[in-house]
Amino acid sequence: MTTTTLAVLVPLLPFLGAVAGLLLGRRLPAYTRPLAVLPTLTSAVLAVVVALRQGGDEPLTGAALLTPTGNDALPIELAFHLDGFAVLVAVLVGVVASCVQIYSTGYLRDDPRYPSYAALVSLFTAAMLLVVYSDDLIVLLVGWEVMGICSYFLVGHYWETPAARAASLKAFLVTKLGDVPFLIGVLALGSEAGTFRISTIVTRLASPLSSFELAHPTVIALLLLAGVAGKSAQFPLHTWLPDAMAGPTPVSALIHAATMVAAGVYFVARLLPVFTASTAALIVLAAVAAVTMVGSALAALAQDDVKRVLAYSTVGQLGYMIGALAVADRGAAVFHLVSHGVFKALLFLAAGVLIHAAGTNSLAAMSRMSGLAKRVPDAYWTMTVALLALAAVPPFAGFFSKEAVLGAAEHAVTGPVTGPAAGVAGAAGVPAVAGWTVLLAGLLTALLTAAYAARLWLLAFHGRGEEAPDLGRPPAVMNTVLWVLAGPTIAAGLLYGALPDWFDGGSLAPTLTTSVLATGLAVAGFLTVHAVWRHGTAKAAARVPLGAVAAHPDAAPSPSSPGPSVPRFSTSEVEAIATHQAVYGDIAAADDPADPARRLLGPLHRHAARGFHLDAVYAAVAVRPVRAAARLVRFLDREVVDTYVNGAGGTARLLGAAVRRAQTGNAQTYLGVLLAGSLVLAVAAALVAAGA
Amino acid sequence: MSTAAAARLAADTPGFLSPTGVEVLFLLVGVVTLGAAIVSVTSRRLVHAALWLVVALGGIAVEYLLLSAEFIAWVQVLIYVGSVVVLLLFGLMLTKAPMGRSPDADSGNRPVALAVAVTAAVTLVTVVVDAFHSTWIDLDDGGPQGTTRVTGEILFRHWVLPFEALSLLLLAALVGAIVLSRRKDGRTGGENGGER
Amino acid sequence: MHLAYPAVLAALLFCTGLYGVLARRNAILVLMSVELMLNAVNLNLVAFDVWLRDALHAGQALTLFTIAVAAAEIGIGLAIVLLVYRNRGTSDIDRLRALAETDKPTEPTDARAGAPTDTADTESDGAGVAAGTDGAGGTRPTRGEATA
Repeated sequence: MTTTTLAVLVPLLPFLGAVAGLLLGRRLPAYTRPLAVLPTLTSAVLAVVVALRQGGDEPLTGAALLTPTGNDALPIELAFHLDGFAVLVAVLVGVVASCVQIYSTGYLRDDPRYPSYAALVSLFTAAMLLVVYSDDLIVLLVGWEVMGICSYFLVGHYWETPAARAASLKAFLVTKLGDVPFLIGVLALGSEAGTFRISTIVTRLASPLSSFELAHPTVIALLLLAGVAGKSAQFPLHTWLPDAMAGPTPVSALIHAATMVAAGVYFVARLLPVFTASTAALIVLAAVAAVTMVGSALAALAQDDVKRVLAYSTVGQLGYMIGALAVADRGAAVFHLVSHGVFKALLFLAAGVLIHAAGTNSLAAMSRMSGLAKRVPDAYWTMTVALLALAAVPPFAGFFSKEAVLGAAEHAVTGPVTGPAAGVAGAAGVPAVAGWTVLLAGLLTALLTAAYAARLWLLAFHGRGEEAPDLGRPPAVMNTVLWVLAGPTIAAGLLYGALPDWFDGGSLAPTLTTSVLATGLAVAGFLTVHAVWRHGTAKAAARVPLGAVAAHPDAAPSPSSPGPSVPRFSTSEVEAIATHQAVYGDIAAADDPADPARRLLGPLHRHAARGFHLDAVYAAVAVRPVRAAARLVRFLDREVVDTYVNGAGGTARLLGAAVRRAQTGNAQTYLGVLLAGSLVLAVAAALVAAGA
Repeated sequence: MSTAAAARLAADTPGFLSPTGVEVLFLLVGVVTLGAAIVSVTSRRLVHAALWLVVALGGIAVEYLLLSAEFIAWVQVLIYVGSVVVLLLFGLMLTKAPMGRSPDADSGNRPVALAVAVTAAVTLVTVVVDAFHSTWIDLDDGGPQGTTRVTGEILFRHWVLPFEALSLLLLAALVGAIVLSRRKDGRTGGENGGER
Repeated sequence: MHLAYPAVLAALLFCTGLYGVLARRNAILVLMSVELMLNAVNLNLVAFDVWLRDALHAGQALTLFTIAVAAAEIGIGLAIVLLVYRNRGTSDIDRLRALAETDKPTEPTDARAGAPTDTADTESDGAGVAAGTDGAGGTRPTRGEATA
């Protein structure tokens, strides 16, 4: 088969799998698992084959007219454009999706809604692959929105809990808030560039021979940035991502760590010339990235829910990628995207095992259990590896990709644009202020990242107190997936030498200055947290029982006695989510004095735990006015409109009652009236005839 | 009709003040008929009302005779006086109508009925008199018009098809009446058990 | 003879019958009044036939037909009255008020009890409706349901 055919099959197979899963899931439960795993797995293999055949050479394109639009010059085409970025991201998506599907067969094996879940994950995978391969902005938008709706359904998978319902709605609304400007931006870009083909736009903008320029690059870039911020959870539209952790853990791994949130970054990388055409857009991008990085790292340090820590860290790592794009180095951005996708998926999947083993998702509760690491050794070791990668400790994958980002920022600061950015950015320069912003925020975030990774590791696996409850061993399939993902987490960074061939050719090798600085900061962060934890909190934790932490001690999850309701390794994650708020009075934070983050952050802790009150700001700015308007409309509807409606109805009722009195049922009365009427008519006719 | 023509017509025809013998007889029988009809619709004894109806229908038969419609007069006597009234009497008996005076023979609709009837009567009589006050029926010349022979000839020469269709109608009515009044088998009659 | 005499007599008889139809309570008396009205029409037909000297004697023929139709009508009418009496226990017209508009809608069970009865079963139909009204019909609402 030609590479083109294979490339078409890559998004098509999961889509067919999803359709088949949705149609047959209920009737043929035996086929659900193969239908979920096999198409995705095949698609991943094909993606690898496509990537190997493409091999970073000239981009492979193909197009078929999908539908004409009103403007003949602007057709919508079913086009794909396979360059190094696309094929590598597709490999990432395929591999992570396969891992998640396999993991889900174990994780959700008792879930009655597994068929629809698996089909939605397949559909989501297909949409993401469509986004990755598509060369047409409108087709890309279709995949983009399909991902949004799949995300909505999957976040709301545990719709029995109010948290999941609220989170799915929030995810949907917040991303849509970004998608509306995104759509406008896509249309504006298409009409200004005269085509919806991304490759054509990029070629026209980047080629030194053409003098083509966008008329309003800043407006278009900012409109597109709104959609990207929504999808990639960048400030200020990131608030949906931590709440989206109410979904199942595999969903968090697939959607909210590895793929969907990466779609925004990938989109900017594809259209980077549009952004570099506007200096203002690059500065905004840098500012957004910096705020997102630092803020989310601080918030991650204060979270109590394991998954929310990881969610905020995702937001922060995406900030790194956006930062790389702000300094116009898309190679570094996509490199970090790929490595982050792998180790964050691993982190989430390991966290799923951990939550099941501990019976809770609260770090405060885990820090009072000992021996959790022994219960789930596979999760312990893989999570350690992934946390090291997250903290950018050499030689793990995260180190190299993060150093590539920081190196790109350093390039932007130190000198004229050379090297990686020159290839794509063309004549447009990267402002030094953007470079400085990204570099400083990146270094600060490196420190904070190491700190919260250390805190997570110490609290989760080195707790002291009662023995962790024995809830059975996780299924082997889940452990296997963890180790499969651990491989690239350790080794993927070494690809930095080979990757530039796939990308724009700029070097991705770590530079000495930033490497030493960042690694030093990471080590410092780890040591600080460890010291605080060791000397202060470890003792405090022993003194402060869990009951003192809980807002409602009666409802405290009792780790020592799992009770007969959890006899095996199937503690529902939904229980863990549902109990957290009831126990600690807050979905995000636990009021635990033994938490090292409390000492480190001091007064900042309270704000960081609540995501710096951004939700409150949203409530004040958007929710309350909307509610007030809704109340006004309701009042108008009830008191004004309904008055007319009721009046109309009441009049008809009165008339009906009057007429009804005549309906006595007495045939003689009817006949009498009838004859009297005909008599009147007859008399009238006679009088008229006589008078005429 | 202009007044002049009306006056000429009135001059041609005999006046109302000098009635012929047939006219006198017609009037007398008509008064009796009308009186019997009025008693029939106002009587509080239901059986008496039916019997007064016999008088009214018989009076109409006499009027037919006076109008020289001989065959119709006998048909009237045979069918109406002979069978219809008998049927009505049976109906009264089968529905257990009270034999004596029943104070509730008239419904509450009576004032309306009276008003409608009187108004209709006034209107109709006014119109009819106004239209036909000078029309004269010549009963004498041209021979009898309603003898059995004449009626038979026109009936079976010109009206055969409607006549046969009517036989079908009668058959249908017969079947319908039987179907309607037939008592279902296996059904208890309740308090009506002995009515047939 | 003056045409006015039979015409006026017919008009007055007709109005007498009209009064009877509108005022009488017993259904059989109403039928009697209908006969009076028919006879008034017949009288008119004969009188005008004689006056017009119609060659076909359409008036007399029509009179004969009317008489025949009236006989059929009285047969059917009496059968219906008997049926109503048998179902309702009364033949009073102003007590047959199943068509009356009541404040509360008829209960759905009654409507269903009457609705599915086919095979020209007027009897059970009447019983089904009668269950919603007062009077003697209410004493046996089960008859309609038994058929259904």
